[in-house]
Amino acid sequence: MLYEILFYGRGGQGAVTASHILVQAAIYENKYGQGFPFFSAERRGAPVTAYARISDKPILRRGVFSKADLVVVFDHRLIQLGLLKKVLIKNNGILIVNARGAEISRNHINVEGKVHVYAVDATKIAEELGLIVAGWPVVNTAMLGAIVRALPILSIQSVEKAIIEYLGPRIGESNREAASRAYKELVYLGEV
Amino acid sequence: MSKKIALTGNYAIAYAVKLAKPDVIAAYPITPQSPIVEKLAEMIESGELKASMIRVESEHSALAACFGAAVAGARVFTATSSQGLLYMHEVVHWASRARIPMVMAVVSRTINTPWNIWPDHSDFVDQRDTGWIMAYAMDNQEAFDLTLQAFKISEDPSVYLPVMVGIEGFILSHTAMPVEIPDEKLVDDWLGERTQPYVIDGLEPKGLGPLTLPEDTEDIFYGIQLAMENSKRVIKSVDSEYGKLFGREYGGLISCYYCNNAKYIAIALGSWTGDLIEAVNTLREEGYPIGVIRVRFYRPFPREDLWEVLRGAKGVFVFDRAISFGAWGPLFTDLVAGLIQYTNKLPIIVNIVAGIAGVHVSAEDFHNMLLSLINRVESGLEHGYFDWVRIRR
Amino acid sequence: MVKIKEPENNVKLPLSRPIIGVAGKTGLWRTMRPIVNNEKCTSCFQCEIYCPVNVIRVEPKLGVTIDYDYCKGCGICEDVCPRSAIIMIPEIGE
Repeated sequence: MLYEILFYGRGGQGAVTASHILVQAAIYENKYGQGFPFFSAERRGAPVTAYARISDKPILRRGVFSKADLVVVFDHRLIQLGLLKKVLIKNNGILIVNARGAEISRNHINVEGKVHVYAVDATKIAEELGLIVAGWPVVNTAMLGAIVRALPILSIQSVEKAIIEYLGPRIGESNREAASRAYKELVYLGEV
Repeated sequence: MSKKIALTGNYAIAYAVKLAKPDVIAAYPITPQSPIVEKLAEMIESGELKASMIRVESEHSALAACFGAAVAGARVFTATSSQGLLYMHEVVHWASRARIPMVMAVVSRTINTPWNIWPDHSDFVDQRDTGWIMAYAMDNQEAFDLTLQAFKISEDPSVYLPVMVGIEGFILSHTAMPVEIPDEKLVDDWLGERTQPYVIDGLEPKGLGPLTLPEDTEDIFYGIQLAMENSKRVIKSVDSEYGKLFGREYGGLISCYYCNNAKYIAIALGSWTGDLIEAVNTLREEGYPIGVIRVRFYRPFPREDLWEVLRGAKGVFVFDRAISFGAWGPLFTDLVAGLIQYTNKLPIIVNIVAGIAGVHVSAEDFHNMLLSLINRVESGLEHGYFDWVRIRR
Repeated sequence: MVKIKEPENNVKLPLSRPIIGVAGKTGLWRTMRPIVNNEKCTSCFQCEIYCPVNVIRVEPKLGVTIDYDYCKGCGICEDVCPRSAIIMIPEIGE
């Protein structure tokens, strides 16, 4: 089964790194993955899109996609900007937002059928764990914990191990903690 | 111990180069290639890789520096893309005509102008007459494996030609995928020390490339043609010994998917063949007898291998991600020229040019195109044809 | 370390190695012959340095010798000699 995941964030929040870490986690479960940015010039603060594919079989398809099983939003203000209108969330798909509690209306998103919405305050988790780079809370690793809670295609243990492998033990540990906390603190807001 | 990690195509190439233990690396930055040499520079800085990094002011100088070092006996590596490759074109010829083994990664990006950083194969195929062996990967693992194999092939005494390894920019270069890194000791034993036909190191006076009369020069160039023919055997034996040692064998100069009893065969080069194979998977499930050939080596052109697979085919669909303006796709030209060495009754051969300048061609796009091509042949299309399909969403 | 191994099938390489007389006895091309007056010579080595075909040797005790088998008679040695110890005379053959 192939899962296609879209990340919306801002340059500097680590969306692309998150997609790479997910591939590393897939390796531990003998699964396959792809993680990549939208192929353009990235700048700090500008809206950034990253993509991930996870499958139990080798993945042959390449490049960008505009229909996703799961969409993760690192900054909920991006929803108001209308960015999510550009992609289609599959029927019974998942939307995860970094927010204290989010008001998501169907006007802001493009859905095939119904969508399950989740929220987690990843910014607070990042701040409390000191995950600040150049003044920005880096929420990517927390959001990874939230992803595998809402869509259990990979275990949280694999994600935590991948975070340490990818970021190294020094900064990896607090990021691992962020994933673990978001995994526990994710809230289901219901169907939209 | 081998290890599997998530690596982008660029980093996969850098890790392969590290295992080949080059003495000298010279390169000039260009998107989307830069992360390869940035990674190698980090490895040198941290002491993991004992090599000299020569900083140069252009791609022309990058390859010239590599060439000089290689002539003196160093194992060398460089990487480039697009305009950078075009700028070094003169020296590209130098390396092959001097019969100096070396390896270069080409991270494909279309050619200016206008400014565009996205991939097609136009920069790569533009080098087809340079006398380099030209390989192209479909995924990051193959990019890794081909890069390592390129050193072995290049330094074989029956070859002694430089090798370029192509990957598509971004689609592979900036996409993380699982890549297995083999055991260092195993690679050392297999690859061995650098071998080359001569060195110019000051110990014995020699001149490289002196004025040479037409007949002697022609003989030297004829040697490149012979070496290209020899390299087919070497490429296949390197592929199979690599398979035995490291567990991955790709089929030599071409890779075939569902080719047995296929009435129709689609042919392509590079990573978009993945989407093509996926489309053919679906078509097979729908009952169409279709297969795919992926060309792994563009030079030497694998005419024998292609003929073996295509001799019974009714329709052949060649997908080119490059265009020779005023003509058609380069893979198509070579395929037709290759097949008429064996037959005067060609199958119906159709050439589709698509995906130019980085336009994404999805598995669904391939499915639609293939379906309409099969229908055309089934409804009595007698000749092949050419079309440039511009996909718009 | 690098291993040198000849290419297979005796293929030609674009290499040259310096040898004497690669273009034959170029002395036969000569129409003017340099003659040395060793009594004027101060062993300044200018002729040896400037000779384009490397046929002049200056030995401080023996004086200047010219290999007439390969000297083409260009006259540069006469031109650069600060003491006029070399003069060019018409070649009359051996």
